[in-house]
Amino acid sequence: MAAEANNVASRSSLLLALRAAARTALIAFGLLLPLIAFRAVHDIRNELVLETRWPLFAAFVAIAFAGRLLWELLPRESLKIRLAAFARAPGQLLSAAAACLVLANVLRLAAKSLADTDAAIALAFTYLFAFATFAFVIGAVGAWVIRRYPAGTETGRQRRHQIGVGLRTGALGFLLVYPLMLFWLAGSQGSIKWIDNFGIQILIYVMLGWGLNIVVGLAGLLDLGYVAFYAVGAYSYALLAKSFGLSFWILLPLAGILAAFWGVLLGFPVLRLRGDYLAIVTLAFGEIIRLVLINWVDLTNGYAGISGVPRPSFFGIPFTDGPDGFAARFGLEFNAIYRTMFLYYVILVLALITAYVTMRLRRLPIGRAWEALREDEIACRALGINTTTTKLSAFAIGAMFGGFAGSFFAARQGFVSPESFTFMESAVIVAIVVLGGMGSQIGVAAAAIVIIGGTELMRELDVLKAIFGRDFDPTQYRMLLFGLAMVVIMIWKPRGLISTRTPSVFLKERKAVSGAHVREGHG
Amino acid sequence: MTLLRVEHLTMRFGGLVAINDLSFTAERGHITALIGPNGAGKTTVFNCITGFYKPSEGRMALQFGDPAVWDEIEALTERGQRGLECRAGSLFLLERMPDFLVAQKARVARTFQNIRLFPGMTVLENLLVAQHQPLMRASGWSVLGMLGLPSYARAERAAIEKARLWLDRIGLTERADDPAGALPYGAQRELEIARAMCTDPVLLCLDEPAAGLNPSESAELARFLRTLRNEHAISILLIEHDMSVVMEISDHVIVLDHGVKIADGPPDVVRDDPKVIAAYLGVEHDEVSQVEAEVGL
Repeated sequence: MAAEANNVASRSSLLLALRAAARTALIAFGLLLPLIAFRAVHDIRNELVLETRWPLFAAFVAIAFAGRLLWELLPRESLKIRLAAFARAPGQLLSAAAACLVLANVLRLAAKSLADTDAAIALAFTYLFAFATFAFVIGAVGAWVIRRYPAGTETGRQRRHQIGVGLRTGALGFLLVYPLMLFWLAGSQGSIKWIDNFGIQILIYVMLGWGLNIVVGLAGLLDLGYVAFYAVGAYSYALLAKSFGLSFWILLPLAGILAAFWGVLLGFPVLRLRGDYLAIVTLAFGEIIRLVLINWVDLTNGYAGISGVPRPSFFGIPFTDGPDGFAARFGLEFNAIYRTMFLYYVILVLALITAYVTMRLRRLPIGRAWEALREDEIACRALGINTTTTKLSAFAIGAMFGGFAGSFFAARQGFVSPESFTFMESAVIVAIVVLGGMGSQIGVAAAAIVIIGGTELMRELDVLKAIFGRDFDPTQYRMLLFGLAMVVIMIWKPRGLISTRTPSVFLKERKAVSGAHVREGHG
Repeated sequence: MTLLRVEHLTMRFGGLVAINDLSFTAERGHITALIGPNGAGKTTVFNCITGFYKPSEGRMALQFGDPAVWDEIEALTERGQRGLECRAGSLFLLERMPDFLVAQKARVARTFQNIRLFPGMTVLENLLVAQHQPLMRASGWSVLGMLGLPSYARAERAAIEKARLWLDRIGLTERADDPAGALPYGAQRELEIARAMCTDPVLLCLDEPAAGLNPSESAELARFLRTLRNEHAISILLIEHDMSVVMEISDHVIVLDHGVKIADGPPDVVRDDPKVIAAYLGVEHDEVSQVEAEVGL
């Protein structure tokens, strides 16, 4: 009797799983039909023709079906418990790391001896296992810390604090030696891309994220037009440097002040707006700035942009090949990488200044007023806080950092055009702040690394071509992955990577405030 | 001595008259209760006094310091100024001031019917936000504070000490580092009052502080309010439905119904007033019209 009932139960669960999988496959069919199955391409006569990719489409739908079926049939609860137990045991994590390391090396050796395509696949898996090794080691260390120093006890708390300080110092040290280390490891040809695309590019977005964090994360004012201030900073530098020949170090603060001025200018009309309405108006403001940049051709040269923007010098010494250049003055051989390294350190210092200023402001009454504004504006007014000046100061300071980043951007590129300041940029910066956890500096930095580093990494993954075929271009899928990352974060951590809030002041002990209590702000 | 004088206050929302020609005074060092059935316009009176609403008509004057300053009121009204601050005392015309200035300059603090704490900030932070103005001044509008001058650190220590004093009073010192949103309901009510007190008010406006409290918590609240009045010489304007609290602690009761004042006097007199009983309990139909005729509805 019992066995029969069991049999019926498992049969019905299989039926349910199949039904769920079929539903998923149907959704995948509907969504991917226009995206994957059809493609418009130019033929030889430059005419658009429709091309179909049925096998690829079928593969995607099949993956969706199989994935859902597997997900439904797995004993999830027990798996979850077992996984959690595994993640808590440092020894097991370390052995997993060791296994991954061995596998990665075996694959690397295999790749050497294999023919072209297979080698590329082996190489892809090598990367994967190397990454897994890294992740397992980090997990093992974390698990060891948690086990060794429980949160509840006094010594545990102290030790955790020490470890936190150590980690921060370590991260700072890493950032300081990063370009030198790469230069030493990969030489000037190999390292310039890594310093520029991964170092400078990520740090610009970290800085923008931290700047916007003041407005969105602390003051709770959803600003979808932040890129406007970035543009103001960039164009201020480009125009003033070209027309008046002023140096980068004079124009950097000037660009910040101009951007802050525009922040106040935007702030005034939107003071009374909240939530969605504020978001729409700030979005429009961003577009207005971009449209002005496009159409005011006399000043900005329109779509063509401004080229030949003076590059920053090493406090007056240009990075040129000649007797007065940086290399000659310091007795080095001329190399383009010195400029890149210098730019890296400039943006590093700028980003650190942003972080430091924000951290200090958070502990001052103005910072507390911003957060109080996010929590409850009416209560703020009842306590005698001038919400007008408080909001404007948040807009101005956030915009100022955007302006700094913008002028750095213009100096680094040597070229600015309206193309660089589209709504997409604003969306990416807002995504960084939201994914990172609104108000959390570490979270925002982590999100910037993941999003910007991830999209840059997509360019590098040529090995994927080996798996998906010669005409597979990984960069074309970065927006898809970007969206996927957003959905995953929304499900897994709806309040961002770091959802807790650190109090600005404490009486006995600094306890993190759970994200459940913290409001997100309604304008 | 009069602290607050409300004269001919009228508030209209479109065609709806929420308050109709209301005049009353609140004495210094007294607890003045504002009672009335639901929808009588009590919270609207609060919103007018605290500057959240601009009244349609009327004058609301608040004075502290030397009472002789009251003589300036007509001149002040004529000149169209907001207020007068001199060494002897201050006089403010509240209807001319925006909400945050009413709190900042006229030193009127308020609490809300539905508690408005900063739930994601700790209990201590809530009390520090209330001391925003003096701390802002001490931090040199953030400039000196950014530079890390010791004067700001001193001011912040003093502010924390003051917050701690109030936490000791309401028995929440142990929970100072917990988020305000995690406190039980009764503690949140008390914290909101403590936060209002941290702004150094001369007039404290409490909107239904006993709502949602059980009888023993209500009794404790009544004791707390009485100590505030006796020890801190604070004047309280109180909206409350819990008659045991109102009758026990008020020095003066004003009864509103449909935006009109129907009684005004010491609690024991108001309690026996037939118009008040009619407003609260309802009466036979002809009596209602009689009462309404009396009050001019």
